Amino acid sequence: MAETIVAIGTRKGLWLARSSDRQEWSLEGPHFLMSEVASVAFDTRAGRQAVLAGVKSWHWGPTVQVSEDAGRTWSESAERALAFPSDTDTALERVWQLTPDPNDDDVVWAGVEPHALFRSTDRGESFELVRGLWNHPHRPQWEPGFGGGAVHTIVPEPGVPERMLVAMSAGGVYRSADAGETWEPSNPGIRAYFIPDNEYPEFGQCVHKVARGVDGELYAQNHKGVYRSEDGGASWQSIAEGLPTDFGFTILAHPRTPGVVWNVPVQDDGERIPPGTQLQLQRTDDAGRTWRQQANGLPNHSYTCVLRDAAALDDGDPVGIYVGTRNGDVFASADEGESFTRIATQLPDVLAVRAAQVG
Amino acid sequence: MTTTTRVILPGLLRDLVGGIGELEVPADHGGQTVGQLLDAAFREHRILDGKVRDERGLLRPHVKVFVNGEDVSRAEGLATTVPPGARVHIINAVSGG
Repeated sequence: MAETIVAIGTRKGLWLARSSDRQEWSLEGPHFLMSEVASVAFDTRAGRQAVLAGVKSWHWGPTVQVSEDAGRTWSESAERALAFPSDTDTALERVWQLTPDPNDDDVVWAGVEPHALFRSTDRGESFELVRGLWNHPHRPQWEPGFGGGAVHTIVPEPGVPERMLVAMSAGGVYRSADAGETWEPSNPGIRAYFIPDNEYPEFGQCVHKVARGVDGELYAQNHKGVYRSEDGGASWQSIAEGLPTDFGFTILAHPRTPGVVWNVPVQDDGERIPPGTQLQLQRTDDAGRTWRQQANGLPNHSYTCVLRDAAALDDGDPVGIYVGTRNGDVFASADEGESFTRIATQLPDVLAVRAAQVG
Repeated sequence: MTTTTRVILPGLLRDLVGGIGELEVPADHGGQTVGQLLDAAFREHRILDGKVRDERGLLRPHVKVFVNGEDVSRAEGLATTVPPGARVHIINAVSGG
C-alpha cells in the first residue's frame, strides 16, 4: 500500500514519519543518532524506494548514506562516496543538498561545503566533482553565509538535461547550459543590499533557496528579497510586495499548479523569529502578485525559525506541506496549507525535510 | 615470532567492521610512521580510513591517535614513528562541554 513518508533531518539524527492517509502518522527513528543530517532526498525514479542522506558525524566526518528500502536500513560506500580529488587539497565539510536528476534515473547531484557541486551516475553510491564550477574564476570571491559556504540549491531543468541552476550563499545564482561544463552568474535584478555602493553586483548575492514552478518559472527567497524569474533565471523581479517581510530561508513551488508558491517569512535577519511571533506560511496563487497568510494550526507566541531546507511538499493530490522548526517540531498540512497538525515534537533542531509517496 | 602493532579502535567504529576491536599490523608492513601504519591497518577495512582521516589524509579534527599512551598531535602527528610492538589507540576526542 502506498504511504507518504516525511524524512526529517536534524542536528542529531534522522527521523521518518509515515502515514497511509496523511492524517495519522507514526514516527520512526532516530537513524544516525548524534550525527547531523543536513540534506535528505527521496529517489522514487524507476520504481525505487530509495532515500539518500547527507550525514555528518562530528568525530568521523561527512558522508552520504543510502537506503534502498524507504529509510528502514542504511548503508554507505566503504570507499569515500563523496570526496574532493587530491589535487584540490580540499576536504569535504558537509553535504548540503542531494538532488536526483529528473532527466537521468541514475544521476544524483550533490551540493556541498565548501562551495562545490558533485555528480553521481550510480544513484548516489559515488560522486565526482563538477570541475566546471570548481574552476570558476569567481570561486575565490564566494563568501560563506552565516551557516557556511556551500552550494545549497540545485535545480535541474526537466526535459533539458544540459541546463541547470545552482545557488549558493553567498555567491548567488549560477546557470549552466552545457551540462555543468561552464557556468555563468545569473543574478540580474537580485539586490545585494549589504554590498556598499553596488547593490546589484554580477554575483555575491545571498540567495537562500530557489524553486522551479511547473511552468518553468523560478522563485527565489533571498537574504532580504523574494523574486520571480520568467526567463529561466536570466533576470529576476521582486515579488516581495504584500509579504509581511522579505526575509526568510525557504520557498516551495506547487508541482502541478502554475503560480502557486509558498514561503515561510522570518521577521528580519536580526530577528530570526516568525513575523509577530506567528509561525506561518505565505501563499500566492498568482505567481507572487498577491500573498495570503496560512497559519491555521501553527503556533503563535513562537520564537522558532524554519531553515532553508526544512520545508517540503509531497507529490500527493492535494499537495501535502511539511515544515520543520529549529525547536524540533514538524507540522504537516494535507490540504495545501489551509490547516496544519503537528506530526513530531521535541526533536533536535530540524535542518532538512523531504516528503514523498512510496510504494 | 613476527612482532605486530595493535591498533585499538574506539567503540563507535567497531560496528563498521563487524565488531572488531583491534587490528593487528605486522611489523614488516613497510612503514615506520603513524600514517603508514594506518595505511596498512585500513587496507582491508577501507571504511575506517574515511572516518579517521579526511581525503587529504589528515586526521579529522576531533580524532586522536595515541602511540603507547602518547598523543601524536604532541609529537609529529602522522609522521610520528611507531616502535615495533606498539599499542596504538584511535580515540574519538572528548570535545565540547
